[in-house]
Amino acid sequence: MDWRVERLTQGLLTVFLVITLSFVIIRFMPGNPMDYILAQMSGDATGATSGEGGASGSDMEQQYELVQAYLSMNPSDPLHVAYFDYMSNTLRGDLGQSIYYSRPVSDILGRAMPWTLFVLSWGLAIGFVLGIITGSLIAYWEGSKLDVGLTAYSVIMGSIPYYVLALLLIVYMAYRWQIFPTNGRVPEGVTAGLNWPFIKGIIYHASLPIASTVVFSGIASLSMRGNAIRVLGEDYLRVARLRGLSDGVIATQYVARNAILPLYTGLMISIGSLFGGSVILETIFRYRGMGYYLVQAANARDYPLMMGGFMLLTICVVIALFITDLTYGLIDPRAGDENREAF
Amino acid sequence: MTEKPTDRRADDKESSDDVEEVFGEPTAADGGTPIDGGTAAPFRTTSDVSESRTDRYRRIFRNYVVTPFSIVRNDKRALIGITILTIYSLAGLAAIFFVEPTESFEGQPYVQPFETWEFPFGTNQMGHDLFSQTVHSVVPIFQMMIAGALFTVIVGTTIGVVSGYKGGLADRVLSTLTDVFINLPGLPLVIVLAVLFNPENEVMVGILLSVAAWAGLARSIRSQVLTLREESFVEAARAMDIPTSLILYKEVLPHLMPYVMVNTANAARGVIFSAVGLYFLGILPFTSNNWGVMLNQAYEVDAYFRPIAFHWLIIPVVAITVLSIGLILLAQSLDRVFNPRVRARHADRADIDPEEEEGDATMTMGQV
Repeated sequence: MDWRVERLTQGLLTVFLVITLSFVIIRFMPGNPMDYILAQMSGDATGATSGEGGASGSDMEQQYELVQAYLSMNPSDPLHVAYFDYMSNTLRGDLGQSIYYSRPVSDILGRAMPWTLFVLSWGLAIGFVLGIITGSLIAYWEGSKLDVGLTAYSVIMGSIPYYVLALLLIVYMAYRWQIFPTNGRVPEGVTAGLNWPFIKGIIYHASLPIASTVVFSGIASLSMRGNAIRVLGEDYLRVARLRGLSDGVIATQYVARNAILPLYTGLMISIGSLFGGSVILETIFRYRGMGYYLVQAANARDYPLMMGGFMLLTICVVIALFITDLTYGLIDPRAGDENREAF
Repeated sequence: MTEKPTDRRADDKESSDDVEEVFGEPTAADGGTPIDGGTAAPFRTTSDVSESRTDRYRRIFRNYVVTPFSIVRNDKRALIGITILTIYSLAGLAAIFFVEPTESFEGQPYVQPFETWEFPFGTNQMGHDLFSQTVHSVVPIFQMMIAGALFTVIVGTTIGVVSGYKGGLADRVLSTLTDVFINLPGLPLVIVLAVLFNPENEVMVGILLSVAAWAGLARSIRSQVLTLREESFVEAARAMDIPTSLILYKEVLPHLMPYVMVNTANAARGVIFSAVGLYFLGILPFTSNNWGVMLNQAYEVDAYFRPIAFHWLIIPVVAITVLSIGLILLAQSLDRVFNPRVRARHADRADIDPEEEEGDATMTMGQV
């Protein structure tokens, strides 16, 4: 089987498992969302009997229907029916209704998603390139003053939790010096569309979140240093030198290529945590992306929005990883070779 | 009689090292006597080398105590890292015995830091002693950190090594499991689980926070094992019919140790970062007072633009950052302790017998 097909299957399997996990959580976990909403509904109903009329107060069927609107699953259905309903509804994009915002979850998250992707992709790209460059420089001059200086720099950059840097950025850049906006994603009073003031405003609002994302991926340079030093000691490098190849060819074709490979795997891994980290960053900057809504939902115990945010973030990660996987084959020719001997 | 098998195993190990050296040696590749060098070496050494028990203990002492100590002593990064971690541990221990847990209105609200000896870090809105809060946070934070890091590293390394080395069905199953967990975004999953479980025990928080963190380590270890398993010394060990578990433990794992060690420290850092982050967001239940809780409380009263309360926000931030610097420096120094190439450079500082030193010298010359 083609490894691309295999990767795709794995991605789909993950999505399937996450939806199943979400179903299990909603249906079975202690303090599960279903009971919570049911309790809330009956609490509301008994509390507001005068407004709703006599019959609805104890009408379980009606409550179940309400729950179904929120969670896209009817608690009175048998397990397999409920599961099938939930799966098909979720796959069709019906993630239920947010309790806190009283709007469809898919509507809220669909509007938020592009903003998250925009900030993360730029932050990741800038951070990765910076990391590779500093990492290779450090490795090439290992032990020199530059090594000490740049290592100290990347240690400090990597040591500051990304949200702490975000906090410091927002304290100084936004509140104290008022260079950048304190929250939001679009400029006020500018017509939306493809005009320069609007685009400039978007970049302006996104610059602080992107800057903190860059620090998040800054740690990559440290592993680049280790990898490059390891490659520098390999035998084939000695042979390459004996063959009289120029430093430039050795640096790009031999060292960089082999040292980037593990880093690229690292990148794939950090994509997941990067999407996770966006949760905290967006809350600090009050940048209304998927992560922002996830935290809002978690604090308000708004289960439909919370599970929807979790599922959508997962799907984004799956797609991002699939893209990196496809490109990995371009860098590492061995990637497709899965016919290894088992022992 | 009972010692016979272990002896033989040790010899096997040495002879497999010999194979590696012979292939690595330029003279052998130059084609002097390839057949002789290739076949005679592994079997010749078994009869030549004999190692008494004293020799063996001396070798173990040299490898595990003298050389690491020499590397650490000569490495500023290691010194700083270990000093930082020691200070934190001592502060945490001291807090249990000597520092009273703070109470509300112990002092005036918003005493600034470094003004009175009674409240070195100042006080917050409610007159809590921030110094006491800071040092009392160390123990719960360390508990989370250690639990999370151990969980991540043990699960990640085991799954990565086994799946990379075994191949076949085992690899397929374990890789799929790893991939599924890699695809899960860590923090959102933890948020969902934290909302559901409300973990109150520090060890539980640590494990919960690393529930998806092991997968990344497992995958990168697997990809390294994929290269290692094709190496000549692993092939030699396999040809000698050494059991798989022993090959993994003796031949494969040592080559991964620097990576695993660096990742232990990084995993610890990750646990602290996400723990403090989630306490800061107010998602984990506030059972113990820690830096994340302090950060959350300070943020809630808008300490970020009130100069009078600003120290309340800065103190936990400094505490986390310094600890994290300590962990990164420790990771780097561990990398040096375990990395054979760095060891080789430090070999002349430790007392090493001439034969081994010679071997190391050629290696060092070769790589420069």
